[in-house]
Amino acid sequence: MIPTTLTPGAFALSLTWGLPALTILVLALLPESRARLIRGVSLASALLNLALVAGLIAAWPAHRPPAGAEVPLAFAARLPWFSQPNISYFVGVDGLSLLMMLLAAIIAVCGVLVSWRIETRAKEFFIFMQVLLAGVFGCFISFDLFTFFLFNEVTLIPTYLLIGVFGSGRKEYCAMKLNLMLFAGSALVLVGLLGLYFASGLHTFDLFALAQVRFPADFQHWAFPALFLGFGVLGALFPFHTWSPDGHSSAPTAISMFLAGVHMKLGGYGCLRVAMFLLPEGAREWMNVFLVLSTINILYGAFVAVKQTDLKYINAYSSVSHCGLVLFGYAALNFLGLRGAVLQMFSHGLLTALIFAVIGMLYGRTHTRQLGELGGLMTRLPFIGVAFTLAALAGLGLPGLSGFVAELNVFLGAFAQTPLLNKVCTVLAILSIVVTAVYLLRTINKVLHGPPQEKDAGLKDADLAERAAILILLAGVILMGVWPRAITWLVDDALQPIVEQLAR
Amino acid sequence: MAEHATTWAISNSWLTLALPLAAFLVNGLLLGRRAPRAAAAFAVLANLAAAVVAVLVARDYFAPAQPAPLLAWSCPWLELPHFAGGLTLSLGCWLDPLSVMMLVLITVISTLVHLYAAGYLRGDPGFGRFFALLPFFAFAMTGLVIAPDLIQLYIFWELVGLASYVLIGFWYTKPSAVEASKKAFVITRFADAFFLIGIALVATVLGTVQFAAVNAPAAGAALAQPVAFGGHSFSLLALAAVLLFAGGWGKSALFPLHVWLPDAMEGPTPVSSIIHSATMVVAGVFLTARLFPLFAAAGSALFLAETLGAFTALLAALMACVQTDIKRVLAYSTLSQLGFMMFALGVADPAAPAGYTAALFHVFTHAFFKCMLFLCAGLLIHAAHTHDLRGMGGLRRKLPLTHAATLVGCLALAGLWPLSGFFSKDAILAAAWTSGKPWIFAVGLATSVLTAFYMARLYLLAFAGASRAGGRDAHAHEDPLMALPVAVLAVPSAAAGWCAEKFFTHHLLPPGATAGHAAHAAWVPWVALGAALAGLLFAAFRYGRGFVPGAPRHPAVRVAYNRFYVDELWLVFAHWFMFTLVAAPAKWFDSVIIDGTLDTSAWLLQKCGALQRAWQNGHVQRYLAAMLAGLLALYLLGVLLP
Repeated sequence: MIPTTLTPGAFALSLTWGLPALTILVLALLPESRARLIRGVSLASALLNLALVAGLIAAWPAHRPPAGAEVPLAFAARLPWFSQPNISYFVGVDGLSLLMMLLAAIIAVCGVLVSWRIETRAKEFFIFMQVLLAGVFGCFISFDLFTFFLFNEVTLIPTYLLIGVFGSGRKEYCAMKLNLMLFAGSALVLVGLLGLYFASGLHTFDLFALAQVRFPADFQHWAFPALFLGFGVLGALFPFHTWSPDGHSSAPTAISMFLAGVHMKLGGYGCLRVAMFLLPEGAREWMNVFLVLSTINILYGAFVAVKQTDLKYINAYSSVSHCGLVLFGYAALNFLGLRGAVLQMFSHGLLTALIFAVIGMLYGRTHTRQLGELGGLMTRLPFIGVAFTLAALAGLGLPGLSGFVAELNVFLGAFAQTPLLNKVCTVLAILSIVVTAVYLLRTINKVLHGPPQEKDAGLKDADLAERAAILILLAGVILMGVWPRAITWLVDDALQPIVEQLAR
Repeated sequence: MAEHATTWAISNSWLTLALPLAAFLVNGLLLGRRAPRAAAAFAVLANLAAAVVAVLVARDYFAPAQPAPLLAWSCPWLELPHFAGGLTLSLGCWLDPLSVMMLVLITVISTLVHLYAAGYLRGDPGFGRFFALLPFFAFAMTGLVIAPDLIQLYIFWELVGLASYVLIGFWYTKPSAVEASKKAFVITRFADAFFLIGIALVATVLGTVQFAAVNAPAAGAALAQPVAFGGHSFSLLALAAVLLFAGGWGKSALFPLHVWLPDAMEGPTPVSSIIHSATMVVAGVFLTARLFPLFAAAGSALFLAETLGAFTALLAALMACVQTDIKRVLAYSTLSQLGFMMFALGVADPAAPAGYTAALFHVFTHAFFKCMLFLCAGLLIHAAHTHDLRGMGGLRRKLPLTHAATLVGCLALAGLWPLSGFFSKDAILAAAWTSGKPWIFAVGLATSVLTAFYMARLYLLAFAGASRAGGRDAHAHEDPLMALPVAVLAVPSAAAGWCAEKFFTHHLLPPGATAGHAAHAAWVPWVALGAALAGLLFAAFRYGRGFVPGAPRHPAVRVAYNRFYVDELWLVFAHWFMFTLVAAPAKWFDSVIIDGTLDTSAWLLQKCGALQRAWQNGHVQRYLAAMLAGLLALYLLGVLLP
């Protein structure tokens, strides 16, 4: 039985979004002029949160529910909120949410570190960032679909402001585009959620109560695509992906890192946690469509990246391609595919954050992101250069780094499906690693290699904060690549109920 | 089959992997920048220690008369639950005659190349970095050959690719080196993608990736099970074998994927030396030998190995005959010799494994003399300050050791008795003849003539006659650090043939084959020797009297000099396909169709809003006018409609 009071465990979980919320208050009270203090408070809060998540992961094995439990969550608590529409504050974690929270906490720390030089409107910047953080953490611990949705929406508002105010380039257009498309996705999700609420006959938003229900096939037939597409927009599903290159490219560095690294993952998380978990028949029925779409994602994103000349756009289209691999893994509908998809979310989160951080550092020094204007930077900025190289290598799936582990799981999972369509799509997806190698090596070669340029003579390599951010992210990338079991032990347990549900 | 006593060396065989890795990490993170000389010393010592361990492993492994394969160590890396009944991927060290032979070869050559590089790169600003990256190459190649399964092989396969990428592009400020490194990586990656598909196919069908299981007859049978598809049924075996072979196709640079190898010359000479002898390019031959039983069951892959190998051997030899860059001549000779190894594997079968043995024998002997030839080329380049053979000449007196070593290397590669190349090449030709494929034999023989010709040409242009360096070679000398490895390598280059022949015919057989006495056509060695002599004599006749080739004039020469335009075709095709055919339309679709649709719908919404806004603008006059118009309309409606 799940406690209906705020147990210590549930309190600790709530702190993950409570801490950012508290930080907002503290920051609001600080004077605008104390930029150093504002940064310090933000960093302290992010570090505390990282420690908290690490503590939760350490405590998780002891609190892990037995296999086959009806609610496979640790630290669970369900506090009634609105009795009438039957909404509760239902929190808990399994390995999947813990992994996503770890990702968010790591990128939050690194995001603050790379924003160390922000001077103008620093107070608002860090406040909005904390709002974004609070929303994301709230999402990952919520198992009441209403609260989940609420937290999801919370993340959209600061996104608009952070891009629109602090961004670069066509920032107003991009902020508007990102928000409109994501809200459209949310609208679809809301339709699906309300459908679940009524069609279940239970009038509840409790995820695990809904999971017990066998929804009628004709309901699943329309509700699954609504939910999967709705979340898929946030996961950059083709052809609803164009908000992401524009949005991520015009956002300031830390926000690009967080949006591409964590926020997009809410889409992938929702697809798995809600759409596939609750509507397995719909998933089976529609999967060929999403298999083809995600294959297009992978190849199309890679090919468009080949033609880009702006570093941020290259990485953003690379994200489209790599996030396609997440949805592609789902389309395998088996354990390995799902696990590969989750690993890819984690791996891509770290990598894209790392690459955006590096691009931000290059831009901050050279004031350009155009391939044609950059060159020879390895000589000037060896630390940043090596980090960029490693990130690119991980992105192209080099063994020993995180991308390969995820890809291996996805490809093997997808290939294990017998239908010819699955095989053909998997072959195409595997061939994409060549295209990925082309655009990543092309980028590396143009930016870092070649003769050093005169105009870059005085550039300084990464400072302490930047080095810390790079090293933290790289550590995650290398750890996952060399010792994947450090990550998979968290994930495997959480996927079991979903796989069983899919086989139902 | 005899059991192995678990000796110290065998249970610590992981050291051959750990020592170069340690050198990579320590030099990369600590020593490389701060104490480059210490880094070099550490790298050489780590490799030397690894070589000692490898030799001890070989001694203990071959102690029993019929050594059985064994898994010396293994640790789980990643579980794949629910995949084909649950599969655990491990990293381990699989010792069998093939891997032990390769282990010794790689560690020994790597040690010597490290030593040489300490002299060659003295004063280079990237000296410390080099001694982090070169051990990484040795580490990756070692992990590749000791792999007990396909996944570990693939992991280290890619790491070998990475190592060659960073080392070919070692001088990263030089655009041509950067371009060459990218070319090498992308082309081999293209092949590796198919290799990975093959691994996925095998893993899915068999539920295992262990070589022991994949090479078992049962695996071939399972893959050969007909699969129903669209009313037809066909066997996956041939397809799986070709896909797996594709990996070796790229790494061992068989036509038409060979174009990356000559460009790889852009790296420092020690890198070329190690790529061409013991790492990278022999990986493909190793893969084919490793999966030989499966390939033999399939037939398809061995057919490819045979035809592509023979074709590449001849084509590359033709190109080598007209090149004037000393490293390019050697590069094309490597391509040609890889072709030899590949077609030797192709003509072998489990019942008559002579080709298999001969191929690995040639891997072994070729590694020594090709490594040495590249090291000599480095010495020549240092002395004459040019890569161009036309700018050398007359260096015999100035570089006596290099001269002697190059002579040994050239004659060994040409296949002159009693040097090492004679024995292995003779074994390959004999295997081709006895397998009943006279065409392959004929191509091999023709290539032998060409091989002897271009090697003699290289030797004569570099050393004979008068100096053409115009004084650049005034300070020519032989650095002791660089001379020592050359002198050491000269011994196996000369003697590895007759010393090791028995060992290879006895031990290096495909799993399941027995050392039968192959019918050896007694005339083959004489013909092979005759071919070599013919080539040598022709070169002596043409270049022995001081003739120096000018710019290629004859159309046929020009075509060969320009590498039969394969590179250009590739470049045009790949560029056109990647950028023009696919990427450009994709980008157009993204910005015009998708974003266009979005922007248009947003624009429409705005326009609808603007239209509506006119009715809500707060002007009372307009409201009144609209009201009157409405009333009028209603009135008219009432009047006009009955």
